[in-house]
Amino acid sequence: MSAAAAEHVTQASYLLAAVLFIWSLRCLTDPKTARQGVAAGVAGMLAAIGGTLLHPEIVGYSWIAIAFVVGTVIGVPLSLVPLTAVPQRTALSHAFGGLAAGLVGTAKYMLWLEDGQLTSYRTTAIAVEVILGYLTFTGSLMAAGKLQEIIPTRPITYRGQNLTSLGLLGIAVASSIYLVIRPETWQLFPIMIVLSLVFGVLLIIPIGGADMPTVISLLNSYAGLAAVAMGFVLENKVLITAGALDGSSGLILSIIMCRAMNRSFTNVLFGAFGQVQASSAAGEARAVKSGTPRDVAELLENAAKVVIVPGYGMAVAQAQHRVREIYDQLTKRGVDVKFAIHPVAGRMPGHMNVLLAEAEVPYEALIEMEEINRDLPQTDVVLVVGANDVVNPAARTDPKSPIYGMPIIDADRARFVVANKRSMNPGFAGVDNDLYYAENTLMLFGDAKSALGEVVKELAGQAVH
Amino acid sequence: MGEIDLWSMAFVFVLATFVGFYVIQNVSRLLHTPLMSLTNAISAIAVVGSIIIAGEQKTVLSTVLGAVAVAASVTNIVSGFLITDRMLKMFRERGAKR
Repeated sequence: MSAAAAEHVTQASYLLAAVLFIWSLRCLTDPKTARQGVAAGVAGMLAAIGGTLLHPEIVGYSWIAIAFVVGTVIGVPLSLVPLTAVPQRTALSHAFGGLAAGLVGTAKYMLWLEDGQLTSYRTTAIAVEVILGYLTFTGSLMAAGKLQEIIPTRPITYRGQNLTSLGLLGIAVASSIYLVIRPETWQLFPIMIVLSLVFGVLLIIPIGGADMPTVISLLNSYAGLAAVAMGFVLENKVLITAGALDGSSGLILSIIMCRAMNRSFTNVLFGAFGQVQASSAAGEARAVKSGTPRDVAELLENAAKVVIVPGYGMAVAQAQHRVREIYDQLTKRGVDVKFAIHPVAGRMPGHMNVLLAEAEVPYEALIEMEEINRDLPQTDVVLVVGANDVVNPAARTDPKSPIYGMPIIDADRARFVVANKRSMNPGFAGVDNDLYYAENTLMLFGDAKSALGEVVKELAGQAVH
Repeated sequence: MGEIDLWSMAFVFVLATFVGFYVIQNVSRLLHTPLMSLTNAISAIAVVGSIIIAGEQKTVLSTVLGAVAVAASVTNIVSGFLITDRMLKMFRERGAKR
């Protein structure tokens, strides 16, 4: 095949891949067609890789083959992690995406520098690619570390933090501009890389666990934009297309997460949320009503309509299977059971849905916040499992609360509330929750898995009346 | 070195972002976690750029950097598609069998 013919085949494979990628995402509109989306994505990827391997500039395949083997050996175990670890895995994959972009940018810069082929266009595109790529790399590694709890999940703050971080990014951007104007100052390039790597770390240090859904989405967007920049560097349109799809997806998810917390991007990134804690917690000790698993079982079994509100605590305790058993027991008795899913429940967008799907809860029972809130005044019992801030009525009623204005699941409007909690410690936002002290609330203390296990035993043990 | 077709790349970028916004706004909220792992696998198309750098073998350093980038991208492709499929398999309607 001539070089010109090979180029046509390569470009055709890229066009096919771009179409298949868009189709792949289109399939996710409905859970029924979603798996076809994976098939379309894989087909697109194979087409693009096949088209690239034909490229006449490739003189040796051994390094490529070794890299494919290494990637597969790391990739397969990463796809088999428990579903509670999916947020960490996702953060790690953003890190790999950022790393690839950074390395390709670095390699291209050095090759073009040697050949004297650096134009201001190329230097600009590489600078964007490298800054975004490396900051996504270290930022996502930090996020993964926090999610895996290798690094403390509490926000770490110090004086002048935002000034330091933004100052570093400012210097990195300024070096890249200088590099475009004066290409002979190549020494600035490694400095830019180091600054971007450090900035990525500093960006995530002040972020607390509860803000992870937004931060993961933002890093997703950065990883996508780094791929776009790589596309501009390599003049590769399928890279630009796929990166733009990834970038817009991350941006949409970030916006949804921010809205669900009634906060802005700047506030998430530079606000260090967890710092306002423990003001009201130190106040008077208020009385709560605590119930036994038997009390809870009786309350649930005599209800006509039950709504379960899962939160991160359910994921930590791996209690999704116990929750499903409660769902089964109640459904068997003709009780109408639904799940109320808050957009930021858990550590990444959609986290609760995946865990409950794993526990074989049918997806029709998973209801979004806005929809379930209409039903809550007619609900007999709300069972809160490891959720806190997303059911805190202070978001509606207390203008002084740090979570005021955040849309919540109106659990307090149901006839009875059962809240499972390990202890009376405040949630991740560090805000006390009036729901627990309400007249119609029963606390079920204990680890979610074992406490709910007791409730299941009670439900299963009792003869059907 | 050839002419750089900046405008046609800008067109592709803007139109793909536009398509992305429309398609992704329609994605079921149930599937936001699989969405993220799927877009992640798709953007690992960066592998095509890495393959060329690792394969053209211009300098030792560029080949090594390219090969590491290929490995990172392949990791995302393999784990991204596999875990997306694993999660999507779990979403079942009422009464559907495993």
